[in-house]
Formats: sequence, C-alpha cells, structure tokens
Amino acid sequence: MCGIAGVINRKKTVNVGEQMRLMLQGLKHRGPDSTGYAMYGTPMKKGFVMRFKISENEAEKVKAVIDSPEQLKDRKTQVDAILKKHGAKVTKQSSSTPYAFRYEFDFKGDLTELATEIETVEKTEILSIGKGLELIKDLGDATTVSDQYGLGKFMGTHGIGHTRMATESDVDIKSAHPYWAFPFEDVSVVHNGQLTNYWGNRRVLERKGYRFNSNCDSEIIAVYIADKMARGIELEQAMHDSLDELDGVFTYVVATKDQLGMAKDYMAAKPMVIYESKDIVACASEEVAIRNIFPHEISTYDPYEAEVKVWQV
Amino acid sequence: MAGIAKKENLAFSDENLTGRTQQLFFNPTEEENYTYFGNFDVDFNKRTSIDCTDLEARDLNQKIRDAMRKGYGTVVIKNPGAKHSLGVGILNKLNIIFEGSLGYFGVGCIDGPTVRIKGRVGWSCAENMMAGKVLVENNAGSCFGAALRGGDLIVKGNAGARTGIDMKGGTIIIGGNAGAFTGFMMQRGRIIVCGDVSANMGDSMYDGMIFVGGEVKSLGSDCVESEMNEYEIKWLEQKLNNAEINPKTPVSKFKKYVAGKKLWNYDNLEPSERKGILG
Repeated sequence: MCGIAGVINRKKTVNVGEQMRLMLQGLKHRGPDSTGYAMYGTPMKKGFVMRFKISENEAEKVKAVIDSPEQLKDRKTQVDAILKKHGAKVTKQSSSTPYAFRYEFDFKGDLTELATEIETVEKTEILSIGKGLELIKDLGDATTVSDQYGLGKFMGTHGIGHTRMATESDVDIKSAHPYWAFPFEDVSVVHNGQLTNYWGNRRVLERKGYRFNSNCDSEIIAVYIADKMARGIELEQAMHDSLDELDGVFTYVVATKDQLGMAKDYMAAKPMVIYESKDIVACASEEVAIRNIFPHEISTYDPYEAEVKVWQV
Repeated sequence: MAGIAKKENLAFSDENLTGRTQQLFFNPTEEENYTYFGNFDVDFNKRTSIDCTDLEARDLNQKIRDAMRKGYGTVVIKNPGAKHSLGVGILNKLNIIFEGSLGYFGVGCIDGPTVRIKGRVGWSCAENMMAGKVLVENNAGSCFGAALRGGDLIVKGNAGARTGIDMKGGTIIIGGNAGAFTGFMMQRGRIIVCGDVSANMGDSMYDGMIFVGGEVKSLGSDCVESEMNEYEIKWLEQKLNNAEINPKTPVSKFKKYVAGKKLWNYDNLEPSERKGILG
C-alpha cells in the first residue's frame, strides 16, 4: 500500500522536519515497516552534505545484518580514506546511529567518481549527496525515525517522505524510500505502487552505467529521472515521459533543490490528495495526513489520471 | 410531471431482475426495509451534535447509534478531520450532517439516512449504499459510489476516477467533472455528470445509463451514445433541481450513453437446459 507525502513552503524556511513527521505519522496505517524523509535545508554555499550508512538496521535480528563494532569502525575508516584520496575535506561529521552518518565536506572533483568509490566499501550506501538535500530512512514509524535522527528541528523549505509496506522487496534500509537519484545532487523520489516493466528498464539503465543498490522497483524512478535530467531534459518533461515509459500503477513525488513534482499513472489507481495555497502546497496519499498540519477545514482535490504537476519553491 | 410517474413511459431499465434469479431485490419504498434488527424510532426534530476531534471511527459510529437509540433524528458531527470510515453502516432513517471532510469509505454500507457533508470525501464514499441521500458539498475522491445499489449520491464538485464502479442501482449526480473509467462495469443505475469526463467512460458496462453535460475524452469498451427522450430530459431536470445543481449545459443538450451490448455473451440457462440445446 505505502503512503507518500510531500510539502513545499514557498519562499520561506520553516520547521519542515516537524511538518513531514506529522504528515507521515498520519500515514502510518498505510505502511508501518519503515519511514523515510528527504528534506531540503538551506543550501550550502560551498561543499556538500552527505548522508550514508555502512550497515543495516539490526532490528530484524537477522544474522546477516549484524556487524561487530570493529567491522563498522573499519568501514568508516575506509570511507574516510576514500574521501581523503579524492581531495574531499570533511568539515563536520555526526552520527545518530552506529551505522548512519552525516558528513559535510568541501569538494571540487567528480562527484560520480567519489560516490562510486565510496560505495565499493562493504555494505556502504550513500543515501544522499546534495547542497541542501538530506535523506534519512530507517525501520519504524515516522516518530521513531524522527526521534532517532533528531529531525524535529530540521529547518528547510520542502521535503518528501514515505511510509512503507514492503510488498516487492525486503524490510531493510536499502529497500526503503525515498531514493536519491544517484549521482545527481539534490534529486529524490518517493513512490506508491508497482512497476511492471522494472527489469527491462533496469537492464537498459544498467547498460548506461547507472547503479542499483536494491531490488526495489521504486528505485528505477529515481534513476530514470536522473538519466533524463543528465540529458538536459527538464523535470516536468521527464515526468511526462515517464507516464508512457513506465508501466504499472504508480503515483510518485519527486523533489529537486527548488521543485516538488507529482505524477499519476493512466489508470489513476493510486491515491493522492493535494492542498494548494499561496504559501504552501501539501500532497499526501490521504487527506488525513495533510490535516495533521492543518487542523482546520481545507479545500483539497484529487489529481486526475496521467497528471503531472510541478511546484517551485 | 404527471408523465414521469409512469415508469413504463421512461424507457429506463427496471431495477428488478428478470430471469431466473432467486434473489429478492431491495425496494426502498417498502415499509419492511426500515425494520432491520436494532432499528430505532427517531424524531427528526430532536437534534444533537458529536465532536469527533478525539474519537476513532469505531467510537464515533457507536455514538451515532447511541444517539439514535435515544431518539435523536438529527445528528451533527463536528470536526470529522478527514478520518476514515465515519458514519458507516447506518440502517435507519436519520438526518446526519458532517461539518467537515471525510476520509476513505465515508458513510459506506448505509440504508436510509439523509447525509450532508460540508467538505470533501476521500475514496469509496457511500460504497454499497442501499437507500438514502448523500450530498457532498466539495470534491470527491476515486471510486465514488462503488457498488451503489440505490438512493441518490450527489457531489457538487468534481469526482475522481472509477466513479460508480460496479454500481447496481441508484443515481450518482456530479456537479463538476468525473475521472477516468467512470461507470466501469456498471450493471444498473444512472450516472449524471454535468461537466467533462476523462478517458474510458463506461468501460465494460453491462447496463444502466450515463448522462454527460460536457465533453467525454474517450469511451470505454462497449459504451455507445444513445438518444434521450423527453421523459429522460424531464427526469434529469427534476433530479438536478432536487440536487441543488444548476448545470452550465442546458439539460436538453446532455448526451446519453448506454451499453452497446456487444459483450453480452452470457446466457441465463441452467446447465441442464444448456445441455439439451447443445445436444
């Protein structure tokens, strides 16, 4: 089932962390397995902010995901060494869990090369790299993840989020949404639905050299949009193209450094409710999520089939 | 309107099944329909209100029953907050007013009440309604009136995709536009759309009618345009007037769509009878 939500505050920086938490908590009944946030803070003037993980959440107690503290330390040392090798200067680092880190670093080289090499470290995945984007995902409901990563005070302009009911792949962090459009800074995607031509599209994109970290069908949307944008196609056009080129049922929300967009398939099979006003646009799978940030009565609507909408900050 | 009273003049499809069915169909005018187990004798002039802010759907629905038990005939629900499954399963005469929006499955499986919703509704509003009248003042989500069996379901704004999917009777009236697959697999009943309809309208419809005031993007499989007669125009005028909807297109310019019956490949013979014919 899955619940998706997005919010964009126009020309204003607010506590978007709390906005997203409230919306996603309202969607918990659509998917309690994992929750993910992709939020856009004030863009950094120089350098990048990177979120990455070096292991899986051990909540599942599966032997394969349990790593010793030495293993974790070793992987982190390897990541640090790779950053140093590429001339990236880490200016700030923090971690909320033993396996997830947030780095700020100055870097002038090729981001793709750097990111690709970092991911050669065992069980290491870059969740996001961007000027403003910070992508956090973990097992548990919205409040659990928000408390764990201290998102309650996150200031920013816009964000998207996802509560997951795993149907197509495992319950773990790597299969959780949102997906970052590797290696494009500040592009992220959340998706509700099933894609039926996943493997065909994946093989095409893999031949072009894109990397896939999970077997989750939603990851393809992020890579697909990234591929289009790499060829100079505007976000809105790329999303229109996706309606014809992706098969299945889907509603997805994309965010870039200054845009929020949504697309719905031809069958209109997956829900989406939109609230638009002068200052704020909020969209979610169910109105009850939007009402968590607007307790008063609001006028909302459902987009129709094959509809694409893009809002600017 | 004298002519309208005579059903045989209408050329409308009858909602009683013909053939060999053993099923007894519901008739809302019969007295027995209001004699369900747990049926309450309510007075419309007795009014009460319930604040839904801290209530779960189950608690609210129980409170509505409690109010009916006490004889309240008019119940106002304050702050419904777009929660799901509010006001479901009311099998009684009741005047119920929601002062706000409902989530999914609002007033589903009802039989008898008159409902006014001063907001919007999410997916599958009034699914499987047997009788009564539901009026939504704002927009409606997808699957509006799914599997509707009777009564009037009215939305003043737009309705989403698959409006009236699998409906088996009753009337759906939409003041604005309707989404894709409107009237998908409908078997009986009537849909009136004053605005435009998206792609694949009336796809695989068995029977029933769809009246459209605006443009239809495309027709689904086996849905064909038909001609309206004067009785139907009168009926439309009366229905829209009752629904407090004033369409942009004059009623006489509405178009009527019905099943082309090309997909009617079934028969109603018993297996033993079929054997005799084939043999």
